[in-house]
Formats: sequence, C-alpha cells, structure tokens
Amino acid sequence: MSKLLMKGNEAIARAAMLGGCEAFFGYPITPQNELIETMSHVMPANHRVFVQAESEVAAINMVYGAAGAGGRVMTSSSSVGIALKQEGISYCAGAELPCVIVSVSRSGPGLGGILPAQSDYHQSVYGGGNGDYRVIVLAPASVQEAVDDVGKAIQLAEKYRNPAMVLLDGAIAQMMASVVLPTQPLPRVDTTSWAATGDFKTRGTRNVINSLYLDPAKLYAHNQHLQAKYREIAKNEALLVDHHPDHHDGAIIAYGTSAKIAIGAAQRLKEEYGIKVKCIQLRTLWPFPKQALREAIKDMSFALVAEMSMGQLFQDVLAFTRSDTVIGYVGKAGGEIITSDDIVNGYLQQMGGEQIEHSV
Amino acid sequence: MHPEKIVFTYQGDGDLASIGAAEIIHAANRNENITVIFVNNAIYGMTGGQMAPTTLPNQVTTTTPLGREIITGAPIKMSEMIATMDHIAYVERCMAADGPSIMKTKRAIRKAFECQINQEGFSMVEVLSSCNIGWKMSPVDSLTYIKNTMTQTFPLGVFKERKHETNH
Ligand SMILES: Cc1ncc(C[n+]2csc(CCOP(=O)(O)OP(=O)(O)O)c2C)c(N)n1
Repeated sequence: MSKLLMKGNEAIARAAMLGGCEAFFGYPITPQNELIETMSHVMPANHRVFVQAESEVAAINMVYGAAGAGGRVMTSSSSVGIALKQEGISYCAGAELPCVIVSVSRSGPGLGGILPAQSDYHQSVYGGGNGDYRVIVLAPASVQEAVDDVGKAIQLAEKYRNPAMVLLDGAIAQMMASVVLPTQPLPRVDTTSWAATGDFKTRGTRNVINSLYLDPAKLYAHNQHLQAKYREIAKNEALLVDHHPDHHDGAIIAYGTSAKIAIGAAQRLKEEYGIKVKCIQLRTLWPFPKQALREAIKDMSFALVAEMSMGQLFQDVLAFTRSDTVIGYVGKAGGEIITSDDIVNGYLQQMGGEQIEHSV
Repeated sequence: MHPEKIVFTYQGDGDLASIGAAEIIHAANRNENITVIFVNNAIYGMTGGQMAPTTLPNQVTTTTPLGREIITGAPIKMSEMIATMDHIAYVERCMAADGPSIMKTKRAIRKAFECQINQEGFSMVEVLSSCNIGWKMSPVDSLTYIKNTMTQTFPLGVFKERKHETNH
C-alpha cells in the first residue's frame, strides 16, 4: 500500500473514482474546486461520467436521475452550494436513492467567506429540504479519514438506499497530506429490484423512482418506513472515537478540524496542568453517537464542546447528553480557526462553573 | 424599489450564462428597465479557471484539461439569444482588446444607460474580456486572443436596437 502526497480535495476525488463512483456531477465553488477539477480528468480517463452542471441545483438533480437509474453517483460543493442542493437532497431521501454528497464547508452566512468553518452543522445534520428525512453525515478530521469516509459513504448509501454526506471543512480539503487510496472498487449492492434501468420487458415489473404520494395513507406509510430505516441506521452506524481512553478528569467534544486541534489541547492540559482530559471525536454527526457520548462522559463533572461555529454542536450535546456533567462551549466562526490556546483557556476558565444555556 | 435611480448589474459569464441564465432571460423578457454589463472572459475566473458555458471549442480550462469538447456543450451566445426578444431596448457585443475597442465599448455602455434613462427598457452590453491568468497567457497575448480568436465565436455588433420608443 503506497502512500501518496496530495491535497484533500484531490484525494477525495481519486478515492471516489477508485471506490467505483460511476458518475460525478459538480459545479465550481471554493474551497472544493480541486475536487471537481480532479474528477474532470480522472472520471473520463476511466470511462466514467463527469458533468460540470450549470448550477448546484442542476447537479443534484442529475444525481437524482443517475442514482435513480442505478448508478453509483456523487456530487460535491460548499456551503452556499450545498444550500442550493437541499431540495434535491430531500427528493433523493424521499425516493430512497443512494448517493454521496461531499460538503466542503466555508464560512457563512450567505456568501460569507472562503475560509474554513463548521457552521454547516445544522445544514448537514438537519438539512434545509422539506419533510421528515435524514441524511447520513460522516465527519472526517484528516485527509486520510476523508478518503476512508468517501468509501464508507458509498457503502452506507447503498446499504440503506439513502443519501450520505461527507462533511469536512476547507482546511482538510486544502491541506496536503500523505494518504493511502483504495485499490479495489467497493462491492455493489443489487439494485435490480428498484433501479429504473429500462428493463421492463425482461424483468416484467416496472421500477418507478418517485417521491410523490398524493394518498395521505400511502405517504404516511412511506414515512413510517423511512423512520424505521432511520432507527436502524441510528442503532448501527453512530460512531465516536475516544482519543484518550485512560483520561477521566473531563472531556473535549469535537469533530473535524476542531477535533484535530482538541487532541493537542488535551495533551497540553495533561502536560502543563496535570488534568487528564480526553478528546472525544464525533465521527458521525447523524446518526449522533448519543449513547456512546453519554457513556463516555457520565462520571465527569465537566466536558467542553469545541467547534468552529457559534454553538450549533454545543446545543446538540447539551440536549443529547442530559446529565449532571456541565457542558461548556468554546468556538469561533467566520473563517477564524480555533486554536489550542482557545481550547485550553476555555477549559480552564469554564471547568467548575455552572451550566450555561447558550453559547453566546 | 427606486424607479428614479439608475440600476445596473455587472455579471460574468459563469454567472449570466450558467447559474443565472434563467434569471437574466426572464429579467429581459419582463423588459426590466435596467442595464446589464456582461463581462465575457470565457472562463470562471474567480474560482480558478474552470470551464464556463462560453468557453471556446478546444479551450483548455481546469475542468476541460484536454480542451473543451462538444459533449460539454457549445459556447452559448447570450447576446444573440436575448436579442430574440422583440420588446427589449438594446443589445450590443463589444470587446476590451485595445484602445479603439475600449472607446467603442465605452460608447456602447453610454448608449445602454441612455436607453435606461429614457425608460426604453432592458439594455445589455456584452464585453469580450481577457483573463490572462485563467487562460495561462501573457496579458499581451490575451488581447490578441480576444481580437483574433474570441470574435470568431462571438462576433461583435449591435443585435438589438429599438430606437427610442418609450416602453412605459
Ligand atoms: C451558489 C454559488 N455557487 C458557486 C459559487 C462560486 N463562484 C464564485 S464566482 C463564480 C463564477 C465566476 O465566473 P464568472 O461569473 O464568469 O466571473 P469571473 O470570475 O470570470 O469574472 C463561482 C462559480 C458561488 N459564489 N455561489
């Protein structure tokens, strides 16, 4: 297994192609441009489909079409572009289409800026599309984890017939790192029972891709079916990593780039202040690893949420843990990167304090 | 909101001919009394040089590394397309390639704004422009490229002039 040095965006694109992605539909936006640029040559060179769409809305609807035809499909974008895709993501979820959406977040709101942020936590986890739907959200903290998560997203999307998102920020996408890329395409799940492939004559049954149910009883039943599937995903796929299993004084809870920085901050709290704090890295944001997180912090008096957003993760941790552990918050947004100093100082200032209800 | 004020848009080809194509066509069709300055450099400049709908055949961009092929579409001629709307005021394509062509562009832009001031309705000036960084050319070569190459696909000229009949 040879290691290669490349940018996060390029590594994700190559990993998707090598993992067996058959069609990619994208639109330029910083900081994910190298992803579609890499796809523009590696996909045609390997006899796969690459289309630069006229907009993000067009790209996600191409995903709907190609996934409906049984293809292994991916799109990518960033913040404002992901906002435009929300309607299409809801349609994919409603029609139960497996597809991968790579979201390289920049700072917001609105056009915001092009520097990294984690302010798209709500956008990814709760979505902006209509209806009771869920998107699997994986959160890598390094280029290698991003590469691994693309493969995992492909597999989860196909296993559950559901959109899966890989959410990273511009720091990981723009960073060069050594990576090991997949060597084999991922195994395919059989799609013949549902994919619209134009084989009615040989199959004898009609496969229809649709999210429209005008009969409320049927739509309610469809919703119940979706919810049962989501419960199954929540039971099986929620994941976190405890980076310091032998530290029990407290915790820092983070994902993505913030988690990487939190690992160093935990180390410093031990070396400089003698406090053994564990870094808990959330690897899936939906399903949220509620059970495992509650378990990990249950005997602690204090845990700090570190995020590059204004309390979006903090609010969820507070709601999901519901324990005597006081939850603190340290965060920044707008393209400012959280530092190890921010986390260490935030921890020292807030430990021993009262529960706050809001981050700001 | 402020009908007495002069309103203009300044739009690239990635904007006007791609993600914003529907909006510009309908703004023109409503004959909005605005002036559009359409800067066509045949590329997405700001995001680092990807293909635009106006990218020329065989032109190399970061998303057409082997040159633009017809499978990705042909260069969209927005001025010609918009000029099919009979009721709009004025559409001209110019270039910013040398002194005289820039002076001509200035006159076209002045005319477009005059249409707006005279309440004649929608006016648009397309300006063929260079993006030497995106095109990976020297600034001087870029200007030659506009004159000799871009104008072959995007001929200069007035495509619509409804000569001073007030619209409202
Ligand atoms: C919804 C959305 N998608 C993508 C982008 C990223 N983006 C910024 S500028 C741009 C296009 C640049 O091309 P063009 O309009 O031709 O202007 P130029 O930079 O060449 O002058 C794009 C796609 C964005 N800002 N918003």
